[in-house]
Amino acid sequence: MTSPGGAEVALRAATLRYGHHLIWENLNLDVAPGERLAVLGPNGAGKTTLLKVLLGLIPLTAGTVTIDGRPPTRGSPQIGYVAQQRVFDPDLPIRGRDLVQLGVDGHRRGLPWAHSRQADAAIEAVGASSYATVPVGLLSGGQQQRLRIAQALAGGPRLLLCDEPLLSLDPASQQSVTALLDGYRRAHGTTIVIVTHEITPVAEIIDRVLYVAAGRWAAGSPDTVMTTETLSALYGSHIDVIRVHDRIAVVGDGDGPHHPPGGSHQGHGHDDGGHDHGGDPGHPASGGHR
Amino acid sequence: MGFGFILAQPFAQHALLAAALVAVAGGLISPFVVTREMAFAVHGTAELAFTGAAAGLLIADNPVVGALVGSLVVAALIATLGARPRERDSAIGAILAFGMGIGILLLGFYQGFATAATNILFGNIFGVSGSQLLILLALGLIVAVVMGIWYRPLLFASIDPETAEARGVPVGRLGLLFLLVLALTVTGAAQVVGTLLVLSLAITPGAAAQRLTASPLVVAGLSIIFAIVAADGGLLVSFEITTVKASVFITSISFAIYILARATGPALRGRRRHDEAP
Repeated sequence: MTSPGGAEVALRAATLRYGHHLIWENLNLDVAPGERLAVLGPNGAGKTTLLKVLLGLIPLTAGTVTIDGRPPTRGSPQIGYVAQQRVFDPDLPIRGRDLVQLGVDGHRRGLPWAHSRQADAAIEAVGASSYATVPVGLLSGGQQQRLRIAQALAGGPRLLLCDEPLLSLDPASQQSVTALLDGYRRAHGTTIVIVTHEITPVAEIIDRVLYVAAGRWAAGSPDTVMTTETLSALYGSHIDVIRVHDRIAVVGDGDGPHHPPGGSHQGHGHDDGGHDHGGDPGHPASGGHR
Repeated sequence: MGFGFILAQPFAQHALLAAALVAVAGGLISPFVVTREMAFAVHGTAELAFTGAAAGLLIADNPVVGALVGSLVVAALIATLGARPRERDSAIGAILAFGMGIGILLLGFYQGFATAATNILFGNIFGVSGSQLLILLALGLIVAVVMGIWYRPLLFASIDPETAEARGVPVGRLGLLFLLVLALTVTGAAQVVGTLLVLSLAITPGAAAQRLTASPLVVAGLSIIFAIVAADGGLLVSFEITTVKASVFITSISFAIYILARATGPALRGRRRHDEAP
């Protein structure tokens, strides 16, 4: 794979509404080339929606978004996207290699003949070579996630967008996936945006946090954003941020992604485009409560 | 009447050719029908092809064109009424039941009701005329060309629609295109096995192929081969045993292939979850 470097992302007074529902408003954010940003917040706060804006799939209601100074275009080869994981059916007629290859040429017409060197290199990069010819539906969640990341990397993106890449993975797989993302960024300088419920597993590999809640937002280093004061101001109710060893726990945000507090963002449940309705992700409590 | 004698007859050759054309179309679309979970959509389209065929028979004495119009109409209805799978299935159920009722009403006006109904529901490939054969040829060609051009993006959209959308695949439009192709295939298959048994050529071959391999191309190839073996094999058997309708043999062969694939699949394709390699 080539090392195309990282893309620069800029949001200026970005506002998104669905009808009367405000998702977020007046969002100003700069992500420098090669920077790693975690997007946090309760369910329905517009995290996935932000990724879809960057992918050019959803237009802003107001404000501007640019990637390397240009508005995002749908299907841009500059952007790799790891969508929120859905388990592949065991009968699905596709192997790991085919899945990764679709990341290279899946949008092009024709028959799926080819297996490119790009795909092989991406599979190699994520350490999936040993199971690349197994039907994906027969692989474990962690293996499937590696292949999905390989698919996103196969096009040589300058910006990598990951939606809950660690969801439903055991701690060992979580660690291996974060190590993989970080290693790739070190080698290629790729800008990475990770949407996550939980900061702890990604805390090691991120530079900055964007926290969205109740239509408001805060951005900065984890230490400045993940505080009782900042999050209480965002939610408009008292939130406790507790640090135990290297874990950051957010308490009072409604005890999990499905129960936003105080009704302060009622009606915001539309924003994740239906992803979060497909299956309960097992209530990964925001921040972890142990 | 010997087997060779029958094979030399134009009607038999027409039938074998028509069945093979339909089988190629069915074999091409059936893996997608399985992956996109559209079995009920196929069935619904076929039932409405029955209504169309009945109308065609009554109005113009041409069940093939009637079936074509019927299945295209229902494909359009499915597209507009049901975007989400659950919504889609209930919409199809509602349309299907009503459409079948209309079909029976229409056939009631037709003289020779019983024969016509049996032919439409269970197929009558030997009744295919030269001009109808041309229509089937055209249908098969259109399906093959469309699938040849859009196979890869359709595969992407069927397997992982979210990522495909983000990569610039027109997921929604491909879904419509697939419905159209499905309607054409159903129309063709209805002539060979009848509207009630379309699933044996439009789902079973793909379902069987997926049991044996996970390579998308090999699945497509096997699916086409299975469909041809079932369709033409069934016809050949019916030349020998003339008292039984060909569709009986076609569906039986198709089912036998499926059972065989299910039995041998796990050994060929693997079933165990691989251990996590962190």
